[in-house]
Amino acid sequence: MTKQQANWSPYDNNGGSCVAVAGADYCVVAADTRMSSGYNILTRDYSKICKLADKCVMASSGFQADVKALQKLLAARHLIYQHQHNKQMSCPAMAQLLSNTLYYKRFFPYYSFNVLGGLDSEGKGCVFTYDAVGSYEKVGYSSQGSGSTLIMPFLDNQLKSPSPLLLPALDAVTPLSESEAVDLVKTVFASATERDIYTGDKLEIVILNAEGIRREYMELRKD
Amino acid sequence: MFRNQYDTDVTTWSPAGRLFQVEYAMEAVKQGSAAIGLRSKTHVVLACVNKANSELSSHQKKIFKVDDHIGVAIAGLTADGRVLSRYMRSECINHSFTYESPLPVGRLVVQLADKAQVCTQRSWKRPFGVGLLVGGLDESGAHLYYNCPSGNYFEYQAFAIGSRSQAAKTYLERRFENFVDSSREDLIRDALIATRETLQGEKLRSSICTVAVLGVGEPFQILDQETVQQLIDKFELVGEEETPAAEPDAAAADEGGAAEQGGGTEPGPAAEPAPMDI
Repeated sequence: MTKQQANWSPYDNNGGSCVAVAGADYCVVAADTRMSSGYNILTRDYSKICKLADKCVMASSGFQADVKALQKLLAARHLIYQHQHNKQMSCPAMAQLLSNTLYYKRFFPYYSFNVLGGLDSEGKGCVFTYDAVGSYEKVGYSSQGSGSTLIMPFLDNQLKSPSPLLLPALDAVTPLSESEAVDLVKTVFASATERDIYTGDKLEIVILNAEGIRREYMELRKD
Repeated sequence: MFRNQYDTDVTTWSPAGRLFQVEYAMEAVKQGSAAIGLRSKTHVVLACVNKANSELSSHQKKIFKVDDHIGVAIAGLTADGRVLSRYMRSECINHSFTYESPLPVGRLVVQLADKAQVCTQRSWKRPFGVGLLVGGLDESGAHLYYNCPSGNYFEYQAFAIGSRSQAAKTYLERRFENFVDSSREDLIRDALIATRETLQGEKLRSSICTVAVLGVGEPFQILDQETVQQLIDKFELVGEEETPAAEPDAAAADEGGAAEQGGGTEPGPAAEPAPMDI
């Protein structure tokens, strides 16, 4: 008598890839806009990027229903924070909040693979990378999602900083300029689109710097 | 208000059919420093007088943002007001979360009133000692409500609560018919004049009052001190009483000029002696 398996899953994977790169005075957060289910495309024009605070942007791939729920929750919590503290949440604070929110559902997780990017209180770029249950780390760059296995090694090759285990702790942010970082991200997605079937259609890039937030788009292969 | 044998408990009626504890709570509102609200079809202006206990301390916050489209000014026990503001904020956030749309202010004030009513019918609670002027927007435009400790609420074109609010109310009663079509600037001006009325002779300056505005297409914001001082100067409100007459707002500029006899047309409060000292 074999064990009965579930024939319904509360989760689905809508695919897609996300990337974030931190610079000395900017941060680039990017994600493709394709939403899939199995071998089907649901839409070619869905944003995986959400602005959580003035200086904090999150990109999430995985199950977009959970991602949406997570984004709404964080937005509501941010409102409460603003009422109580009369200011916007800093990126590191939002990073901790996201981690706690994810772990809160440790035993029925948000199927959401997040990268958080923004500027810290000194205006320096910062990127935080997460797993589905809230384990997080501050890094100089990261990628998540279906294309991350293709993207991450390339980012390591181009941006890898000395080991964080080295002492004294060295700066994780890339010395690249903002336009160089944006070009790198475009290159990275163009490559991932070639081999990952879930990545493609269009690339949405959000750039945060001292002047504010800027958005750019780039077409990707649609097959 | 006399001490009597029916006022110990909120759950005790008097033979005349009154709940004294509730009425005493409304007294607490009258003791707080003044808060004023006015509305036009598209905007709501809230203003309040900030009285600090001493020169050494800061004044209490009496105007709170509840959401982009709702603000509240309180008078009475400010601690109670803070708690209710927190409740209102929470309700707005929850509504937005569930329905992806802003909570209509008319619904919020009902919830607030029901919350206040609970405290008038529990022996282990006391009524909230704060009156709230809730200004907000819904689909039909701007609204101003007054929520009482009794659990009643009323909609107003303009209202004032707190100590010496009668002076403001008298001014507002003379002018309220114009408010519906007032511009944002005129509404703020009337709010500042009404605030000045409650000061009974003291000079109106931005350090002792707070003004907040919200409207269609304009999220709630508390005006900063500089802006308020500039507006006070612009409307030349440092001067004497405004000439009493039910003049239309078109003549408002002339009124301001006529009232400020010795002041001239340039705002220069620092240069002139305060005429109110005469």
